[in-house]
Amino acid sequence: MSDVPAGLPKAWTKMLEGLKNWSRIYSPWAIHFNSGSCNGCDIEILATLTPRYDVERFGIKLQGSPRHADVLICTGPVTLQARDRLKRVYDQMPDPKFVIAVGSCATSGGVFQGCYNVVGGIDQVIPVNAFIPGCPPRPEAIIDGVVKLLGSLQQKKVAEKTG
Amino acid sequence: MTGPHVEKFIVPIGPQHPALKEPAHFEFTVDGETVTSASVRFGYVHRGLEKGAENRNWAQALYLLERVCGICSHAHSTVYSLGVERLAGVTAPPRAQAIRQILLELERIHSHMLWVGVAAHEAGFDTLFMYSWRDRETVMDILESFTGNRVNYSANVLGGVKYDLGPAQADSILSGLDYLEKRLHYYMKVVNNDESFLGRTRGVGTMTTEEAENLGAIGPVVRASGVSRDLRVDAPYLLYADFPINVITATAGDLQARFVVRIQELFESTRNIRALVEHLPEGELAVRFPRKVRAGETVSRIEAPRGGLFYFIKSDGGENPFRVKVRTPSLRNFMSVIVGAVGHQLADIPMILSGIDPCFSCNDRTVIVRREGRDGSAAPSESDSRKDSSS
Repeated sequence: MSDVPAGLPKAWTKMLEGLKNWSRIYSPWAIHFNSGSCNGCDIEILATLTPRYDVERFGIKLQGSPRHADVLICTGPVTLQARDRLKRVYDQMPDPKFVIAVGSCATSGGVFQGCYNVVGGIDQVIPVNAFIPGCPPRPEAIIDGVVKLLGSLQQKKVAEKTG
Repeated sequence: MTGPHVEKFIVPIGPQHPALKEPAHFEFTVDGETVTSASVRFGYVHRGLEKGAENRNWAQALYLLERVCGICSHAHSTVYSLGVERLAGVTAPPRAQAIRQILLELERIHSHMLWVGVAAHEAGFDTLFMYSWRDRETVMDILESFTGNRVNYSANVLGGVKYDLGPAQADSILSGLDYLEKRLHYYMKVVNNDESFLGRTRGVGTMTTEEAENLGAIGPVVRASGVSRDLRVDAPYLLYADFPINVITATAGDLQARFVVRIQELFESTRNIRALVEHLPEGELAVRFPRKVRAGETVSRIEAPRGGLFYFIKSDGGENPFRVKVRTPSLRNFMSVIVGAVGHQLADIPMILSGIDPCFSCNDRTVIVRREGRDGSAAPSESDSRKDSSS
């Protein structure tokens, strides 16, 4: 996971890792992938970027390329067609990476369970760090999910320091 | 750079791409900056909805089909309800019809405002994007106070609606519409007068009336090319016969005309909602609906925000639909993008694409096109769909 150059003193490595974690928590860049969603969650994700909710004030930014992103925000159940694409987008993201599944369909397949072209929730294909249920979740719920994920990173950081 | 031996250069875009929120794959062949041909590949959001509806009972299928598309969810559930109610010989009470129509028009406002924002974003005019999405929250608040959810309201049940429109909601609707109308005047001014914005829209993606007819375009796209076609007027449903709307058309056929048509349609919608709220019929919200629907088949059509939405529903007398066929307006408009892109600069493509307000989750259903003269018959130009759906 580390791209800190080898051979540095341990204290330096630790400091650089801490710096990376700090910047990740305070300004996570996200990418959005729709693997078969009805669009409902997608417009709510877009709504979180617009003036009423405006997550950019917390440093959260929606990115175009998976190679620039820390967080993958997935919507919709995974369809057979989109399954490989989802994997590829996930593989292209640099480590460490986090996945948020937004909406009931992304969590479990939702209303589309049993449809012949649907694999199921996002966790059938890639590991998921946070689930946000709702059909669709309100923008507040999406922001809350992202904040909870970042909070868990913060705790990790504290644990690293003390441990 | 033109000549017989110029190499072809293909620009692939998608399925994950920053411009649109939904997956689709495009390939544009370019000569320098000019697009010489375009192709598109759909199907990433094909989920098998039509088949899925056959495995659910009539009421469950309503909630599945509502999720064909999250933006025009109420249009999908209304067109399905109207079709199934016709098959079963049930008519929703007038108050339910009025509430359905109010929600349809509110949904049109939210959908068109969403589109104004997204299209402005594609044009590089993010200020208008943020403005229109900020003002769109007014409609979302109305919808939420009305139905309890911002998207996918599930206001319909077979035989009527779930939610009543009380005086408190009526007030919030009317005051919300006052604010929106004020803002719509401002958008109209921007769309017609902002020089840099006009540079991206005027004369881009132009379709003549004839081209629009030949390519089978529908909805605001064809109305912007001067064709007066709107199911709310041509085949009135719900209370559109008593509370009519005026069809908005423009003649230019370019992107600017589509902006103007859509924004003017919103004024019609607000007028229509006001009339309905003020003359809301009294009575029941829903009537009892049978568990089984008698055998038969029907076609149900309404005007969704993007154009005519078509459902074919067949029953064999059982508890489940025998067949539900969905044909959405976005799919019909796509030919105009593929053909219209040729000859334009590559940088104009996102604008041309968003000009039809594409909705891929509506689009992705299996369609088999029978080619002309394949078995000696002159062929149906309408795709003969067989399978299922998606979205």
